[in-house]
Amino acid sequence: MATVYSQYAWLVPVFPLAAFLILTAFGRGMKQAGAIVAALGSFGALALSALVLIEHLGGADEYNDSFNWIEIGGYALTAGFDVTNLTALMMVVVSLVAFLVNVYSIGYMKDDERITVFFGYVALFTFSMLGLVLADNLLTLYIFWELVGVCSFLLIGFWYQKPEAKAAAKKAFIVTRIGDVGLLIALLLLFWYMPDHDLSFAAIENVFGQTGLITEGITTLIAILIFVGAVGKSGQFPLHVWLPDAMEGPTPISALIHAATMVAAGVFLVARTFPIFEASQAALDTVAWVGAFTAIFAASIALAQNDIKRILAYSTVSQLGYMMMAIGLGSVTAGMFHLFTHAFFKALLFLGAGSVIHAVHTQNIHEMGGLGRTMKTTAWTFAVGALALAGIPPLSGFWSKDAILAEALHANPALFVVGIAAALLTAFYMSRLFFLVFAGNPKSGGEAHESPASMTAPLVVLAVLAVVSGFVEMPFGGTGWLGEWLTGHAAEHEGTALVMLISTAVGLLGIYLGWLIYVKGAISRDVVTSRAPWLTRLLERKYYLDEIYHAVFTVSLRAIGRAFDAFDRHVVGGAVRLAGGAAVWTGRAATRMQSGQLQSYGLYVVIGLVILVAAIAGRRFW
Amino acid sequence: MLSSYLTMAAILFCIGLYGALSKRNAVIVLMSVELMLNAVNLNLVAFSKYGVVPSLAGQIFSLFTISVAAAEVAVGVAILIALFRARGAVNVDEFNEMRR
Repeated sequence: MATVYSQYAWLVPVFPLAAFLILTAFGRGMKQAGAIVAALGSFGALALSALVLIEHLGGADEYNDSFNWIEIGGYALTAGFDVTNLTALMMVVVSLVAFLVNVYSIGYMKDDERITVFFGYVALFTFSMLGLVLADNLLTLYIFWELVGVCSFLLIGFWYQKPEAKAAAKKAFIVTRIGDVGLLIALLLLFWYMPDHDLSFAAIENVFGQTGLITEGITTLIAILIFVGAVGKSGQFPLHVWLPDAMEGPTPISALIHAATMVAAGVFLVARTFPIFEASQAALDTVAWVGAFTAIFAASIALAQNDIKRILAYSTVSQLGYMMMAIGLGSVTAGMFHLFTHAFFKALLFLGAGSVIHAVHTQNIHEMGGLGRTMKTTAWTFAVGALALAGIPPLSGFWSKDAILAEALHANPALFVVGIAAALLTAFYMSRLFFLVFAGNPKSGGEAHESPASMTAPLVVLAVLAVVSGFVEMPFGGTGWLGEWLTGHAAEHEGTALVMLISTAVGLLGIYLGWLIYVKGAISRDVVTSRAPWLTRLLERKYYLDEIYHAVFTVSLRAIGRAFDAFDRHVVGGAVRLAGGAAVWTGRAATRMQSGQLQSYGLYVVIGLVILVAAIAGRRFW
Repeated sequence: MLSSYLTMAAILFCIGLYGALSKRNAVIVLMSVELMLNAVNLNLVAFSKYGVVPSLAGQIFSLFTISVAAAEVAVGVAILIALFRARGAVNVDEFNEMRR
């Protein structure tokens, strides 16, 4: 089928870029108008990407266009864009969430002085993220990859007057950098080994699709290094530590960048370079196990956190682990499906949390309570998001989690058990969060009010999406529509009835437990704390990972830094000071010689003459 | 023959140099300078007679030197008297205004 809109897909990131430029150039003069500009920019992107998606739903061909960016001798570095079904879908997800977050921020950030700066950063982020999605080769992707990292840094540290926000921004930037180095090395290796140094995704698929072109060791190495980049960006263990701290940023940012889009970029990257992973079983296993471990590890930490945003952050880390596990099990479809549904319900949960924080001005869930009565819209949309996350049918999270679990049961039962355990924890911590915040009696003195319409409208839209977005891939009748559309062949769903039964039962069990403890009080809240205080403490302190990292890496790196500093200060600096000092001392001695005493001058001349004569005479005997 | 003249001139020159560099009294310094000039004259005359290419030029040069030295001493002593009138001393080490 002919492509009408796809050839203009490059315009999609241009809308938010234009908004960013306008906001940066004329930001000072506009207060409330700045929000409108940013919203229009993301709406333009949304409209065009929706047209592209509709075209691809109708069966349009893949479209690729690129230009020679830099020519070096016979080699040309290209930059271009790729419109496939995968990128079309991602584009809509990104621009839709960006648009909704923009609308939401109009209400949420109303009283902030630097509101235009905020919207400028959001527009820049939207541009970078869309560019990352559209990029047709790894180098272009890498550029946008770093750009979203910068935007993330800027927005986490948006309230830079808060020292915690400053520290969190730096931590996010430095920790993701560790992963980025891995990606960069992978890029260099690929550049070295690929025929014609071609880094485009099409070429990668061609080369790694056939065996023997690149040795298995190198393939595994490249795949693992790419995965290291994804681990940094997507907050997988052991580089997940930055993501919970990133919650110091404004809540809409947590929803947009640190829940729905940027952190999913790692999953997207692995999906995009999947042919490399497919060529190496070792790499696939690594991805699957790291993902599964992250899923249960982060879910267990979320059990004991008291900050509403941190619970959601650990939940994000855990869900990203699910996606990685799915891709590691060889099912890009299941991973991308979960990414797709997760983007909606997690953005919904974060925006709901933002609405709650906006109303009660605290983030501690023990200081909240009874908000369900006063904040009706927020409460029921939040409930929808929480149920979707807990995997209760027929909400979207159920279908996507089910796809992953079915894949796990089929490929690796051990991972299936881990996934089910993580699902139980997920359901439990979400019900704990929900009941503590929205049920019971109000704890704070002031009456909490519902947020303005600009904040609740995005919640409603996202809630609807969180309900329906799961229906694109139904495991009934072997249709697997999304899978067929994304990858060209339908995913197999074996034993899904069993999986559905188990996962639903587990989800309901988790919610029931939460209800028993936090609403009915049938089980004491201190049941674990009183018997095993060390366990609560371990979870509360996030397995002491921050402390361990501090002791192992920060301290040792600082010691190395001190050693280098001392070397620089004393050895290098000492040499420089010696050279300078010698000149100064010579000068001082010369000044003392100029005494005004003519007879001394005469004596110097004579001594000079004697030395000269001695030197000339001495040369004969040399 | 030449070497004894040159040795004599060298001794004279060294005595003059020593005096010029070490004596405080400006008059003695001036006399020491004359001693050094005369050592040079002695060299010039000796070379004009016993040099590799004997010629009168050396003797004429020494006549020049004598007359120039006379003029120089006249000017030098005049400056010394002026200095003595202004400062009441003729010690060389007291005149170090050139440092500034």
